[in-house]
Amino acid sequence: MAKIQAVFERLQAQGRKALIPFITAGDPDPALTVPLLHTLVRAGADIIELGVPFSDPMADGPTIQRASERALAKGVSLRQVLELVASFRIDDQHTPIVLMGYANPIEAMGVDAFAAAADRSGVDGVLVVDYPPEEGIEFAQILHQYGLDPIFLLAPTSSDQRISQVAALASGYIYYVSLKGVTGSASLDVAAVAARIPEIRTRTGVPVGVGFGIRDAATAAAVAEIADAVVIGSRIIEEIEQSSADQACTRVFALLADIRRGMDAATNRQGGTTWVR
Amino acid sequence: MAEHDYDLPDARGHFGPYGGVFVAETLIAALDELREAYAAAQRDPQFVAEFAYELKHYVGRPSPIYHARHWSDALGGAQIYLKREDLNHTGAHKINNCIGQALLARRMGKPRVIAETGAGQHGVATATVAARYGMQCIVYMGAEDIQRQAANVYRMKLLGASVVPVESGSRTLKDALNEAMRDWVTNVSDTFYIIGTVAGPHPYPMMVRDFQSIIGRESIAQMQEQCGRQPDAVIACVGGGSNAMGIFHPYIPVAGVRLIGVEAAGDGIATGRHAASLTAGRPGVLHGNRTYLLQDENGQITETHSISAGLDYPGVGPEHAWLKDSGRAEYVTVSDAEALQAFHDLCRREDIIPALESSHALAYATRLAPTLAKDQILLINFSGRGDKDMHTVAEKSGITF
Ligand SMILES: Cc1ncc(COP(=O)(O)O)c(C=O)c1O
Repeated sequence: MAKIQAVFERLQAQGRKALIPFITAGDPDPALTVPLLHTLVRAGADIIELGVPFSDPMADGPTIQRASERALAKGVSLRQVLELVASFRIDDQHTPIVLMGYANPIEAMGVDAFAAAADRSGVDGVLVVDYPPEEGIEFAQILHQYGLDPIFLLAPTSSDQRISQVAALASGYIYYVSLKGVTGSASLDVAAVAARIPEIRTRTGVPVGVGFGIRDAATAAAVAEIADAVVIGSRIIEEIEQSSADQACTRVFALLADIRRGMDAATNRQGGTTWVR
Repeated sequence: MAEHDYDLPDARGHFGPYGGVFVAETLIAALDELREAYAAAQRDPQFVAEFAYELKHYVGRPSPIYHARHWSDALGGAQIYLKREDLNHTGAHKINNCIGQALLARRMGKPRVIAETGAGQHGVATATVAARYGMQCIVYMGAEDIQRQAANVYRMKLLGASVVPVESGSRTLKDALNEAMRDWVTNVSDTFYIIGTVAGPHPYPMMVRDFQSIIGRESIAQMQEQCGRQPDAVIACVGGGSNAMGIFHPYIPVAGVRLIGVEAAGDGIATGRHAASLTAGRPGVLHGNRTYLLQDENGQITETHSISAGLDYPGVGPEHAWLKDSGRAEYVTVSDAEALQAFHDLCRREDIIPALESSHALAYATRLAPTLAKDQILLINFSGRGDKDMHTVAEKSGITF
């Protein structure tokens, strides 16, 4: 639990914002996942969201669906995703890993067995897309028992009451989904996001990350000025999809490093906002 | 279970451990809006009256109950009665639910309706009601199913609907449902998602059941009138489970009536090529609810097989999961071959051509009836007519048109 919080505290002291890239474990091949994770860290990632492939990714757009299908075609299971995290941990004990996926593979393993295994493998947080807070209370409690952070989503349509409901369960950070739609949808409306975040902050001290629709350094920079973290997924997957296996790390590095520079330039100008009230 | 006070689901859509609202936060507001709109509509006499009017004058309800005498005699046991949902407009029970949801969409001011379809029956019913109420209609259909069900695709297009092929996953019904959900979350302000069965997140399983319960309510009155008593067993096929829930639900508190759901065993349960989620699946989470699912050991949803596209679904409505665990209903399976045999039997003995889905319920009756006395009664939900299946059956018999 402490690891994600520590990242936000360190960044806050530096007046910087967290960069959280997303990739799907096992896409395009399990052999590439650990090298990609290290690449993301070298390019400036503070935390990494690692997608667990699922046969029916209902909340994802075509890009992440394809990533999921490529990984499943290689037979990647939740068990193997945990093994990949453990391999990443041999050389990196610091960068928090948040697993992001759907409920069924976790329930098939058993929630308690999963939490124990995730903790052993070096996972720090878990975001289950189809566990909204009302169905995720027990899950969040079990994660907390193992020192893992349950990450929850909020949307532009979430009522104040729901924000409070999420605030009561969440730790690590809260993931604000910037638009109506699935992952990889059209670009986000920064002004609309900026209008919403203060309401969330009045109800929780947990840092707020923003994602869905962030595709370039300029948007990432604009979001960094208003939120505590920038989550970027589909754009990275597209880069992986368009690269040959031996080029994927180089191209992903270039993309993410550019986004990192954009964010840091923006927060330097701004002098850094704080998420702690 | 105290049958007389059955009042599930609870306020958040749970049937015991099943059902619920397992969706991303982005869909929660839309489901809240739907739940409130449906609760208000149920209390509004004008909505209730309009639904009843449409069922009577447009669908042609009440559907008759028919005593299949020749077939009962041939089987030499219980008397078999058929609840004739095949005589509804568009040829199946699906229209009951589509009218209810389309009226609700209109009341909510949503000009655009979307639907998923497997066999195309729900797509056709949705396209039909959308045309009737002047709504734009988009139907998601697996690319695989579009190949298998060309006639229904053409029917939907004739009715003005756009049919969108779904290329993701296994390219069948479950993927069409995923894609419809993605459309809904993106276009939530002007779009109503008409789900075709008692699955999905709350309130869908409850709402679809309520709209389909007209089948069971009519049956109770008609059986009393025609036979002076209720049947010994009610039998229905189970895909997602809407025709079965429709006839079962009013019977849940009626003591002494067995409720039997028939799942598709495809090539046989042992082959793994089947669609029997309750019989061979394990509980899990898919499409917004917790229920029995066909899945591998890693929790990935597996592909299903049935000769009948309408039963070819790896999940099942959560209320069936509850009825199974509680013991109030029994679930059995029928293979492709048995269903085909029943299809032919009914054509010959009663001059009625059943849908391949309904043929599964009929096939189970052929097993059960001979074990019962001649004065016992089986009531089968005859969920649809078989015109759409001519092609499949002909192919199995080696005939090409
Ligand atoms: C005639 C008929 N019966 C049954 C079904 C199965 O659906 P459900 O289990 O929801 O009744 C279908 C689905 O397409 C159908 O067309």
